[in-house]
Amino acid sequence: MKRFTHALIEKNLILLGVLTLLTVAIGGLVQIVPLFLVETTIERVQGIRPYTPLELMGRNIYVREGCYLCHSQMVRPFRDEAERYGHYSLAAESMYDHPFQWGSKRTGPDLARVGGRYSDDWHAAHLRSPRDLVPASVMPPYAFLDRPLDAEAIRAHLRAQRAVGVPYSDEMIAEAANDLAAQATPEADASGFSRRYPNARQAAFDADPKVVTEMDALVAYLQMLGTLVRFSDVTPDQLRQP
Amino acid sequence: MAALAAPAPTELDVEAPVRAFAIATVFWGIAGFLAGVVIAAQLAFPLLNLDLEWTTFGRLRPLHTSAVIFAFGGNALIGTSLFIVQRTCRARLFGGEEMGWFLFWGYQFFIVTAAVGYLFGVTQGKEYAEPEWYVDIWLTLVWVAYLVAFGGTILKRREPHIYVANWFLLAFIITVAMLHIVNNLALPVGGGIGKSYGVASGVQDAMIQWWYGHNAVGFFLTAGFLGMMYYFIPKQAGRPVYSYRLSIVHFWSLIFLYIWAGPHHLHYTALPDWAQTLGMVFSIMLWMPSWGGMINGLMTLSGAWDKLRTDPGLRFSVTAVGFYAMATFEGPVMSIRAVNSLSHYTDWTIGHVHSGALGWNGFIIFGALYWLIPVLWNKKLYSERLVSWHFWVATLGIVLYITAMWVSGIMQGLMWRAYDEHGFLQYAFVETVAAMHPYYVIRMLGGLLYLSGALIMAWNIYRTVTAREEEAPAALPAALPMAAE
Repeated sequence: MKRFTHALIEKNLILLGVLTLLTVAIGGLVQIVPLFLVETTIERVQGIRPYTPLELMGRNIYVREGCYLCHSQMVRPFRDEAERYGHYSLAAESMYDHPFQWGSKRTGPDLARVGGRYSDDWHAAHLRSPRDLVPASVMPPYAFLDRPLDAEAIRAHLRAQRAVGVPYSDEMIAEAANDLAAQATPEADASGFSRRYPNARQAAFDADPKVVTEMDALVAYLQMLGTLVRFSDVTPDQLRQP
Repeated sequence: MAALAAPAPTELDVEAPVRAFAIATVFWGIAGFLAGVVIAAQLAFPLLNLDLEWTTFGRLRPLHTSAVIFAFGGNALIGTSLFIVQRTCRARLFGGEEMGWFLFWGYQFFIVTAAVGYLFGVTQGKEYAEPEWYVDIWLTLVWVAYLVAFGGTILKRREPHIYVANWFLLAFIITVAMLHIVNNLALPVGGGIGKSYGVASGVQDAMIQWWYGHNAVGFFLTAGFLGMMYYFIPKQAGRPVYSYRLSIVHFWSLIFLYIWAGPHHLHYTALPDWAQTLGMVFSIMLWMPSWGGMINGLMTLSGAWDKLRTDPGLRFSVTAVGFYAMATFEGPVMSIRAVNSLSHYTDWTIGHVHSGALGWNGFIIFGALYWLIPVLWNKKLYSERLVSWHFWVATLGIVLYITAMWVSGIMQGLMWRAYDEHGFLQYAFVETVAAMHPYYVIRMLGGLLYLSGALIMAWNIYRTVTAREEEAPAALPAALPMAAE
């Protein structure tokens, strides 16, 4: 039998290319595919729901402005992070996040559980001019978010989300524009909205109920972050991952 | 080895598009470094966000990362690879001049459409994969053409063997295609807006993103650049590659191991532990092929170390390999969970990336340009002294940058976990932000020095390529590396 030499590969482009592709494909296959197949990858906890239309638009603004470049949304299981931010983050809490926004840098604090920690007014004022409230902050000002939210395509957004796996019902999609307006208008009848999105809060997030602004959407999103799972009801067994 | 065989083309190599890539490399390098200095200054002096939506840190940061990685690094990679593949295969580029120009303008179009999108907030929100679907589709087309041009040239080769630089460049092209396509699978919302939603979500999206993100480092910034190293260092030193056997081991072990390292970006997150452990173990193993390649690069200078004194371009290439060694040692250390629990989310990561990006990628490109520009234009380099100035200014800039980030990163990590004597957290978050200020200023100055070095290079190259023909000496001085050919 002829002894193998590397020269065989070096003289054959197709062989070199195919072997290279096989070599680089293995690691990804082993690490990625099981995450879709192993059911316990996502913990089975109660309370996770799709974003309301207003929260989804707020999340899109969060993505658009690159907030993830300075703020993580992933609390790690350490004592100091538990005391600073709260319970460590679960995979389930970002299961409807397209894209995930865990982030990689904390120039500012983690936001995974920022919901409910500050008032709506604080958030709006802080976003408009961060250093008025936190003098040492290096965050850019976002006063330009006080402009009407362009939500004309809200149904298309929900449809696209459903196509990639978020369980929006036909009713949610049909009512998307009404739900969006209702969440930002405290006086509006919200019985249908509250049934479709349990625990979603209705408020004039930027203190002006007349116009639904980008500020409304972003604050609505920030105020729900980390609030869906009630950890007093969670048993350790439910948190077990493989 | 083939790299040292004197090229004896019977038909002329395609060189005009390669010249354009070289100029674009300089242009985008300066643009990218400038964007970096601006966002570094914003972190030190937040007023520089200018109260405008288009100039906030959040929109400019992707502009900086894409400009340096994909515009500066990408133009250097494509340009040099087209040069290398023609020389080492002794074959004209497949598709000829037209193919070269399509790749050039196609790639510039990708850069510009992506960059314009960032300023207007069009982004997928995934680091280093920010461009939206329409930009991604265009890049895929250009990339397939690149693979065809590169592979087609190898098929036409008049050398029996495919030279080692081309293995790395081929692996870079194939793997980047795989990563780009999988990580960018997305569904456009429709209705004439750029927005799309990726098919994966949450933990799976995180794993796919860092499989992509880490291997953008592994294959774009490492395998491709190793291809450059395996061509330009032997050329500059006038010596063959140190060890053929080591090249083989280096190649296969590097490309096999690198792809597993992604999960070290996700330590202690909601990613299952088994995946984190795999990421950590393979990251540590990766140290070996990295240093194997580094040794192969450095030892190529055996018997030619004296050229470091006379050839400042070679000094860049060799220092690049030194920074590569440093960054590829630091990386595995930071991938250890216990270390990562401190370093993650801090500026230590930023410093680590920049010792690789400024030291390894930047310097190997500068070294290659200082060799390539005189060859492509067939002119003598305007000034060796200016190359030395560039070298020392840039090196000082890197030292300021990475030491500032080490201090600020480790300090911030320690402050986050500090407890006072009563058992309470010692620092509010904002106190850790305030403590960063002096280091952010030092980092900005480091970046400014690095940018200044690049401006010196741009002037030097401008004077070189615009020099009138008669200024070029008929016979090149013996000290110049081309004389070794």
